[in-house]
Amino acid sequence: MFLIYCPYCEEERAEEEFHASGEAHIVRPTDPESLSDEAWGDYVFFRKNPRGNHHELWQHTTGCRKFFYMTRDTATYEIKEIYKVGEQPKVATAPAVPNKYDQFSSEQAVKK
Amino acid sequence: MSQPNRIQGNNASAQSRVDVSKPITFSFNNKPYTGYAGDTIASALLANDVDVVGRSFKYGRPRGIVAAGAEEPNAILQLGKTEATQVPNIRATQQLIYEGLECHSTNGWPSTERDVMGVVGKLFGRFMPPGFYYKTFMAPSKLWMTYEKMIRKGAGLGRSPKAVDPDTYETINQHADVLVVGGGPAGITAALNAARTGARVILADEQNEFGGNLLSQTDLLDGAPAQDWIDNSIDELATADNVTLLINATVNGYHDHNFLTIHERCTDQSFDLAPEGEIRQRMHRVRAKQVILATGAHERPLVFGNNDIPGCMLASAVSTYINRYNVVPGKKLLLMTSNDNAYNTAFDWHNSGRLVRAIIDTRPAAGKTVVKKATDAGIEIIYSSAIVQAQGNTCISNAMVAPLDETGEKLSGSVKQYDCDTIATSSGWNPAVHLSCHTGGRPTWREDIQGFVPDNFNKNMIATGAGNGLYPLTEILQDAASAGAFAANACGFNATKTSYAKAAVEDVAPSMPIFHIPHFKPTSRAPKQFVDFQLDVTAAGIELAVQEGFESIEHVKRYTALGFGTDQGKLSNINGMAIAAKKLGKTIPETGTTVFRPNYTPVTFGAISGRNVNEFFDIERYSALHTWHVENGAEFEDVGQWKRPWYFPKGEESMHEAVNRECLATRNGVGIIDASTLGKIDIQGPDAREFLNRVYTNAWSKLPVGRCRYGLMCGEDGMVFDDGVTSCISDNHFIMTTTSGGAAHVFNWLEIWHQTEWPELEVYFNSVTDQWATLSISGPKARLLLGELTDIDLNPDTFKFMDLREGVVAGVPARVFRISFTGEQSYEINVQANYALAVWEKLFEHGAKYDITPYGTETMHVLRAEKGFIIVGQDTDGSMTPYDLDMGWAVSPAKEFSFLGKRSLAREDTVKENRKQLVGLKTTDAKTVAPEGSQIVLDPNQKIPMTMVGHVTSSYYSAVLERSIAMAVIKGGLDKMGDKVYMPQADGTTIEAEICSPVFYDPKGERQNVK
Ligand SMILES: [Zn+2]
Repeated sequence: MFLIYCPYCEEERAEEEFHASGEAHIVRPTDPESLSDEAWGDYVFFRKNPRGNHHELWQHTTGCRKFFYMTRDTATYEIKEIYKVGEQPKVATAPAVPNKYDQFSSEQAVKK
Repeated sequence: MSQPNRIQGNNASAQSRVDVSKPITFSFNNKPYTGYAGDTIASALLANDVDVVGRSFKYGRPRGIVAAGAEEPNAILQLGKTEATQVPNIRATQQLIYEGLECHSTNGWPSTERDVMGVVGKLFGRFMPPGFYYKTFMAPSKLWMTYEKMIRKGAGLGRSPKAVDPDTYETINQHADVLVVGGGPAGITAALNAARTGARVILADEQNEFGGNLLSQTDLLDGAPAQDWIDNSIDELATADNVTLLINATVNGYHDHNFLTIHERCTDQSFDLAPEGEIRQRMHRVRAKQVILATGAHERPLVFGNNDIPGCMLASAVSTYINRYNVVPGKKLLLMTSNDNAYNTAFDWHNSGRLVRAIIDTRPAAGKTVVKKATDAGIEIIYSSAIVQAQGNTCISNAMVAPLDETGEKLSGSVKQYDCDTIATSSGWNPAVHLSCHTGGRPTWREDIQGFVPDNFNKNMIATGAGNGLYPLTEILQDAASAGAFAANACGFNATKTSYAKAAVEDVAPSMPIFHIPHFKPTSRAPKQFVDFQLDVTAAGIELAVQEGFESIEHVKRYTALGFGTDQGKLSNINGMAIAAKKLGKTIPETGTTVFRPNYTPVTFGAISGRNVNEFFDIERYSALHTWHVENGAEFEDVGQWKRPWYFPKGEESMHEAVNRECLATRNGVGIIDASTLGKIDIQGPDAREFLNRVYTNAWSKLPVGRCRYGLMCGEDGMVFDDGVTSCISDNHFIMTTTSGGAAHVFNWLEIWHQTEWPELEVYFNSVTDQWATLSISGPKARLLLGELTDIDLNPDTFKFMDLREGVVAGVPARVFRISFTGEQSYEINVQANYALAVWEKLFEHGAKYDITPYGTETMHVLRAEKGFIIVGQDTDGSMTPYDLDMGWAVSPAKEFSFLGKRSLAREDTVKENRKQLVGLKTTDAKTVAPEGSQIVLDPNQKIPMTMVGHVTSSYYSAVLERSIAMAVIKGGLDKMGDKVYMPQADGTTIEAEICSPVFYDPKGERQNVK
């Protein structure tokens, strides 16, 4: 069970208080109607699956209910950094593990 | 005869921990035995010369006690005096006896004592060759049933109690700077050095007292008996208020981020049932900054022919029984070793006054210290030799010894017979690396000690002592002192020096890497050489696995079941790997590593669940009216965590009769339902409207104050996941309602979008589900009834359908929504939850003359289905768009902001022809109610497999329509109105129905809009 530092409560709390909400920094396209089906599909359905550092979105569900970001090593479960919404990570992600669906995600959905 | 193997008089060990002044009577397999306070079941049985404690799993061979600790594979018992106190999987070596204790062998069929090994062994051997599990699971599954019955009967495997456990268990959260696992010489030394810095220390040991291996050996510390040092050290730790000492407490699980679980058995060592007011077992959930593993090591037995005959034991276990319990397990000992350390067992045996036949050393020479001691005691040492085979039936009668060549792989001379009744063996020690593997560590092989040690996977964990491959006691103590100080300093304390006790330095010869003693015959033809006693895995079985092509040790283990027992292969894993490696022509590290998972030893469900049992097992939510429902005979239904009234039977009514009555009462008079479980979210802020525009499919910009609107919520994939009515209280204040089961998810959904995507919108959410109770009255008499109790003007020209008014109802402030889930004229009265019962009772008082009828969820479902109103999650399944539900009227594509899910509604897949669409169904036979979930086909005569075009989502008997009604999703259903479809049933019949609109009753909505 992880020990997680909530950057809003400024305390370390047990994982039971938190909820993982998937990959971080999935930015909603500003003009969805201008995207092809494929590009929109990339945004809605496709997520990275790296072995190593991964940027994740978490919520302090039974605490302050704030969302925040975490860079976590998916192999060792070590938490490398915690940062607030609106901030950028300092630790880069590991390369995604190639999967059989990669051929469908050639088009970049997210333009930051 | 009483305790023939108890050492008495001058030969008795002075350090023994049993109290001979306190005899204790217990029973094993229904026979009474006597031991002393401080005895384990194992030591007491050995004292009473009990050789056989169980039968082997597969071959049914008699088995005796092998070890003295957690690694024991054979003496696995079922404990308990009554049905309610039954505990399976108790190791006789770890359970103390107490007055009246009752235990049984788990592997006992047909009988532990009677020798039917011939019959059973042959029978099982034929049924269960190596690879049995693998092959069985690949075979037709119906055969497994036959096999399983035989295996369970034969193996016992322990059983769970059939009566409710009367004991109390609990969970405790602990925080520590340094958790020290294991209270032997290393653990105590580490704890002392850490605690002296002021660090918060927990020291936990699985045994009933601290001391670890020192209790089994005769070492002196600082020139005095080790027990003096143990007593002084524990005294110091016990009086320090920064130290928690736990005995009978096994650190069983090592989880992420230094979270460890300790299973403390508080009363198990003394009582069958915990005394009144006491906790039986406690689960400590410890978060530690630093963890020191001082877990010690398990001795490895040597593998040779018939090495499972009772009387074959670990050398260190024999020493433990002699020194700690004053029990010598036999009369004539033959010791086989590949190292100096095990010589001590021969000396202990000799000092107990019994005969050591000889020491068989696989090496050509031994260290000076032990050789001198052996010579002084007159014990014969036979070098470069090994025991190739034991002989005997339920106990050893003699052993065959033969010379070994220098590689240890071949015999190099003729056999000599030695008569003996006990064979003790040692091939060295396996550090107890188990906990270090639980979070992903992979132990590394050390050639010099022929064992695996913990790796450096976890930066906040230190392994020390024998658990890290250190063996001479002097080195263990020195290293453990440093580990304690280092760990404390890592937590911010300031240790500048270490201190530890001094032990004797001995001249030690290197041990020999040998695991499997060769036989004259090839392994496959030799008498069985057991590697895993608990699961009857032999050296021949492992060699066969390799021969059949399994190269990875993980595959070999699964093929042979090596290490799959409740002992997790504590004794067998390394020997098994060594045999596989030799057959593969590889080294042990090339073959793989050994990995263990939680838990280290079996943990009871009681300790895991703690206080979360009975009514605390799962959360139950009750509305403010729950007691009224109970008092008025409601049958309840679980809706998420909520207990909701399902229906209110009167007298002997069946559910069907009750629901028909409730439906008609609502359609003809007035019905009332407790709708408090509806999710309610209070939304405020200047951007609340804009926010609603983004998360709902329809438009909210023009909803006037005092009006309500139904909305659909879609995920970004365009699929409906919730619905509900949201009302405008003021320009920047809305109340959103959600489905009862979806409230938490919707709330989370609003937050994630607001916080991560649209933080610029000024809007605030507050869950108010529990604060407001919702009392919904429905039916032609609803307005008359409410009119008697409120100051709100109910004039239907001004208080119209989908309007909201605030006022006083039954004397308390209320919000009244004229919205309807029944299709009747309805008022949803919302009051503060603590006023709800008073208002509810007033409604009944005034409603009696209108025959006001309470109804539950079942009637609600029928009434809404008569109107074709969907229930998200029942009529939808995460693959339905608003258009699939024929609810395009609730979608506003023209909204400025591209609402959540909008783009997906234009995806190729969501606009394709022939999607499943929601329709109504009328069965041809009006009385037949099609089962929900029935599959729908267009051609009932098609051969199987038939083409399925959809399924029934809701189906009821409608009392008001006097016929069955159903809702279904059918491919292209909206274009098939009037078509016949068919629902083949499991009993071979087929139900015929016609596709229709799902609005069965009052299609124009005149009843709910009534003026
Ligand atoms: Zn927080």
